[in-house]
Amino acid sequence: MRRVLVRRLGQALIVLVGVVIVTFGVARLVPGDPAITYAGPRASQEELDRVRVELGLDRPWPEQLVDYAGGVATGDWGTSLHTRRPVLDDLSTAVPASLELVLVALVVAALVGVPLGILAARRRGRLVDGTIRLLSTLAVSMPVFWLGLILQNVFFARLGWLPVAGEYDPQLDYTSPLTVWTRMTVVDALIGGNWPVLSSALAHLALPAAAVAAYPTGAIAQMTRASLLETVGEDHVRMARALGFGERAIYGRLALRPALNPVIALVALVFAYSLANTFLVEAIFNWPGLGSYAAASITTLDTPAILGVTLFVAVAYVLANLLVDLVQAAIDPRVRRAL
Amino acid sequence: MAAAVPAQTEQVPTAGRLRALTGDRLALLGAAIVLVVLVCALLAPVLAPSPEDAGGATDPVNALLAPSGDHLLGTDQVGRDILSRLLYGARTSLRIAVEVIGLAILIGLPLGMVAGYVGGLLDDVLMRVTDVFLAFPALLLALALAAVLTPSVGNAAIAIAVTWWPWYARLIRAQAATVASSGYVASARALGVSHARILLRHVLPNSAAPVIVQASVDFGGVILTAAALSYLGLGAQDPTPEWGLMVSQGQSLFTTQWWVVTFPGLAILLTALGFNLLGDGLRSILDPRQVTRDRHP
Repeated sequence: MRRVLVRRLGQALIVLVGVVIVTFGVARLVPGDPAITYAGPRASQEELDRVRVELGLDRPWPEQLVDYAGGVATGDWGTSLHTRRPVLDDLSTAVPASLELVLVALVVAALVGVPLGILAARRRGRLVDGTIRLLSTLAVSMPVFWLGLILQNVFFARLGWLPVAGEYDPQLDYTSPLTVWTRMTVVDALIGGNWPVLSSALAHLALPAAAVAAYPTGAIAQMTRASLLETVGEDHVRMARALGFGERAIYGRLALRPALNPVIALVALVFAYSLANTFLVEAIFNWPGLGSYAAASITTLDTPAILGVTLFVAVAYVLANLLVDLVQAAIDPRVRRAL
Repeated sequence: MAAAVPAQTEQVPTAGRLRALTGDRLALLGAAIVLVVLVCALLAPVLAPSPEDAGGATDPVNALLAPSGDHLLGTDQVGRDILSRLLYGARTSLRIAVEVIGLAILIGLPLGMVAGYVGGLLDDVLMRVTDVFLAFPALLLALALAAVLTPSVGNAAIAIAVTWWPWYARLIRAQAATVASSGYVASARALGVSHARILLRHVLPNSAAPVIVQASVDFGGVILTAAALSYLGLGAQDPTPEWGLMVSQGQSLFTTQWWVVTFPGLAILLTALGFNLLGDGLRSILDPRQVTRDRHP
């Protein structure tokens, strides 16, 4: 296990270095002079020279790369051209809101997707199976931004059941102020026992979380079905059948446990995609997370902020993958040998 | 005839594969949708009630008309016929998908073949490079790239292709590595056949089936990603008829004029659905061992 740990950590580190290099490469592609963007179009020549030195643009690019990588490693992710605050500070306020959205969506996706996948596998070839396959393919084919707009239009504009935007009702700030711990409203409300905010936050979460959950739900259902069908054909399951175990025990327990392994791996992958999907959903629901921040950065051509978001999601992906691999290696000896 | 087809063999005969495909109703549904989209794209000038609306023509008098006999799917905020723009939009989406997947194969194929065939250090390095690119969700890197390039359909395609090639490199590498370690390649080498010839005559044809399957599955994902980029303003620009752009332009009017957003979104959904169903069907027939690996923006 220790050998696996060291090897896998080493790989992750190499990939992280590569991620930083690619991000830096994208930054170098920016047309125009970042010094002008930073100092403004009216800046004098001396001012531009000063900014160039300040941003390190006067030095050769390998030196800039090393500088950039060093900055990233020590927590200096540059300064947003728009908010004029360190990008990492901006991210630390935006990330929790997005994480809250994605985590809720993933939990919902797992709770819905896994049972649907099991049901489809058990009834393979029947109408139920076909229906679930069609629905899950619909879910993975859904343009999230459109789904968000449709949900908003139906459940807010037409039915008036759910709120349209934001994390919770701002009026509650006066009646029951929320103590901030984690910046995830639901968690903070739970910790502080703030029930009015909690119920408001859950109602506000429902629509954006449903939009983000569509893709992972479909993908998890498909993967559970495929993986379960593969496992059911394996010797240990046939053995269990011969020993007289019922279908319920096989699909619910004996074949399910090994079949869930690839599903866990999928969740890590889907986590990153869902983070990227919040980019399309947050602006619609005015959710103060990474996506809204990125959208604002794009419209203001705020390169350091865009790169900061890109870097953050890529790092989150690498770490999620690492975590999943290690968890799988810890529970499954076959994976340990393969790594 | 049906009885003549062996049920479970390593190599399913072509007739059996066709039968399996026609027996899979969902795959057939997918094929039908894909066919309709192709016809729409090819015959857009013939089918569109007002082809000039695909461009920058405006007709403010007829802006935001509800669906009716004159305009089956209504008109948009500058009075263009939405049906006509949807039909031309099929061309835009398919063009991006072909460009992205073509580019991805063009980059991924040679790299994957060489990595898998040569192996060793070169293989390790190339695979770590693909790891790095795979760490960026397609939408995200495309977003960063599209933000620094001037937004256009072509640049959106380049941005997406940059995130898409590693999948092909890996797919082809796995295939090439299997072929490279096979007995007949060793015999061919012993007979003095050159590396180049082995790559072209043995490795390449053996990679064809999985690449075709992957490409058909990827069409849906690429179309979704491209629509998302255009929705964010980083892809197609007005007056290009593009479905994601149409959703974005109509979203502020959604509560009062539902048709401006609903129909373009449905077009994206159904097209992606068609390619995904067809791709899944093809995969289960041509390449039953490959585990589901779906991707998304």
